[in-house]
Amino acid sequence: MNNLLTISGSPHVHTDESIKKIMFSVVYAMVPAMLVSVYFFGLDAVRVIGISVIACVLVEYLIQKYVIKGDLTINDGSAIVTGVLLAFNVPANLPAWIIVVGAIVSIGVAKMAFGGIGKNPFNPALVGRVFLLISFPAQMTSWPLPKPLFAETITDTITGATPLGLLKEGQMAGKTMEQIMADPNMPDYIQRMIGFQTGSLGEMSALALLLGAIFMFIRKVITWHIPLSYLVSSFLFAGIFWVIDPTHYADPFFHLITGGLMLGIFYMATDMVSSPMTPKGQIVFGIGCGLLTMIIRLWGAYPEGVSFAILIMNAFAPLINKAFKPTRFGL
Amino acid sequence: MVLSTFKIGGVHPPENKLSSGAAIRPLPIPGRVFVPITQHLGAPAKVLVNRGDEVKTGQLLAKSSGFISANIHSPATGKVFKIEEAVDQSGYKRMAVIIDTTDDVWAEGIDTSPDIIREISLSREEIIQRINDMGIVGLGGATFPTHVKMMVPDGKHAEYLIINGVECEPYLTSDHRLMLENGEEMLIGTSILMKALGVKKAMVGIEANKPDAIEHITKLAAKFQGITVHALKVKYPQGGEKQLIKALTGREVPSGKLPIETGCVVDNVGTAYAVYEAVQKNKPLIERVVTITGKAIKTPSNFKVRIGTPIQHLIEHAGGAPESLGKLIGGGPMMGKALVSPEAPIVKGSSGILLMPAEESKRTTVKNCVRCSRCVSVCPMGLEPYLLAQYAGLEMWENAEKDRIMDCIECGSCHYICPSGRPLLDYIRLGKASVGKIIRTRGKN
Repeated sequence: MNNLLTISGSPHVHTDESIKKIMFSVVYAMVPAMLVSVYFFGLDAVRVIGISVIACVLVEYLIQKYVIKGDLTINDGSAIVTGVLLAFNVPANLPAWIIVVGAIVSIGVAKMAFGGIGKNPFNPALVGRVFLLISFPAQMTSWPLPKPLFAETITDTITGATPLGLLKEGQMAGKTMEQIMADPNMPDYIQRMIGFQTGSLGEMSALALLLGAIFMFIRKVITWHIPLSYLVSSFLFAGIFWVIDPTHYADPFFHLITGGLMLGIFYMATDMVSSPMTPKGQIVFGIGCGLLTMIIRLWGAYPEGVSFAILIMNAFAPLINKAFKPTRFGL
Repeated sequence: MVLSTFKIGGVHPPENKLSSGAAIRPLPIPGRVFVPITQHLGAPAKVLVNRGDEVKTGQLLAKSSGFISANIHSPATGKVFKIEEAVDQSGYKRMAVIIDTTDDVWAEGIDTSPDIIREISLSREEIIQRINDMGIVGLGGATFPTHVKMMVPDGKHAEYLIINGVECEPYLTSDHRLMLENGEEMLIGTSILMKALGVKKAMVGIEANKPDAIEHITKLAAKFQGITVHALKVKYPQGGEKQLIKALTGREVPSGKLPIETGCVVDNVGTAYAVYEAVQKNKPLIERVVTITGKAIKTPSNFKVRIGTPIQHLIEHAGGAPESLGKLIGGGPMMGKALVSPEAPIVKGSSGILLMPAEESKRTTVKNCVRCSRCVSVCPMGLEPYLLAQYAGLEMWENAEKDRIMDCIECGSCHYICPSGRPLLDYIRLGKASVGKIIRTRGKN
């Protein structure tokens, strides 16, 4: 039996956690939001999510097989996560070819060009989303109105602005907050919480996103550091300006449950690869995301700032890692 | 009740204490024992016997050869067959005294009766001398000569004696069984160590997964002056010296310094028991409790084993090695060493032997680091294992030193938790070796 013994350094036991399990947990966490999107957009939602996921996985497969010529990594589920997130960040009526372009940029440029899983400095889905937003602004900002399944049919062609879009338009036109909120297209709070609002696929329901986030917390796929600091900082920042001038600035609850903030806080800022490594660094990162999101929302040209905020903070992650070391023992 | 513990990091590997219910059984003395002359930290002992000499159990075989060194005694009666190099648990051949054993006859002056001697009659100096004479070293695994620990350096002050009954390594149960079966002797040993150190307070730390031991020792300790028992949260590496001091006193051993800086001296429960036997019974350290366990063995057991017994002998008495055996580990699964050969002998530092089935023996394929930061959050020393491993791989020694690679206690939590199966500790060990060398040369210039 001598020569059959395995020799290796300690430790000799290992966790049964794997990248694959983590990635699929994220996919499962997104199922409630997926179901909500299907409820409101029907087959369109299925179409967008399907194309996005298949395109992302295919792009990774082709690059890994024919360009990098390395072991296939598509089984780890990370391309699926990117695919779903990309789909969550686009309108339900986006043409198929634009989705494919988004997938090529997300996986090809933002991920594989840097060396594949674990090597990307930026969140791949967000790079794809921002690329599409800048390249195809018209298609990316015409959202179909939600049309719940089993509800009386509304005409197919109706599109509308998102609550954040209405807010920005109203502010540009010099309307007061009261007038903006009175707009017939503006959903009320309950509607926004459960999903009766216009927007990208994954932004529909704050409630569904929270449900998935709770699952990720329980599964320990994410920790509280980034989500909590992001949430609190954006809430406080929006709150301060609302207190100063409630006729000009929307209240912080409005900001919290509209647009991509919930999606950004729990599903994109928490991306392990592109966020900092230490608890302190993650808190700084979250605060940065919150401030930048609100600065863009309150004073920027774009109605929504989540994608830009997270990407900008992604760029700071290496510096944050250098500046914020863990609490050392015995120092 | 809130259990105390260390504050940063830690993991929860499956406990798998298969042998916790198995009472300690004396293992028959094998036909031949292999007694290495290096079983402790420090200089090898100097051999006093010659080939062909008749030796008795407990007779001095090799003499301590320096301040940090330890005596080695004969673990059996018989004839010295050879004094030559034999493979030990490191996998290398090291000098050993090989004895062909006959019927067990103890050397003069050793009390082998089961009576418990409670009165401590020796003075402080006599105790330290006796501990030195009897070859007592730390039985937790580090095997640092115990008498050296008892001599507190000038300017330092010992306030607490901490007795380590944590046994946080999965599978191992030797300390657990010892506390249950020889708890009183262990506590007398603790009192002896307190006298030697001149401290008024001792704390016994036991992980909460051993409620029977906590209850038993707490009950016994009520009769002893100054000894308190503390239940600790089940979290690896709770039994690490620095983590244990932190959990019990809230103090942190400063980076690069010894525990005495915090006024603490830490000894294992096994050591306390050995001290009892040395001081009260005049018995040298020639046997210890060893757990033989694993999913790949029929009867996981706790044996009282003579030093020098080949591991193979333990395996046979625990039901034999199964076909599926893939790895043989000296110690626990987190910090133990993979052994090259079952011929290697049990030594003073052997707390357990773990047999792992083949399917659990191989590492998984190494994947890319996904920067999940789990290694950072589990490191009990507050280090960044992913970064230190990267520095070591790129030979960036200055950066590694600056980010405190030498603080690593090699607990293995980072490699354990890594979802990509990256051998972080392998790299960090390489890094520590190189950085350590650089620091030593710097000292000389």
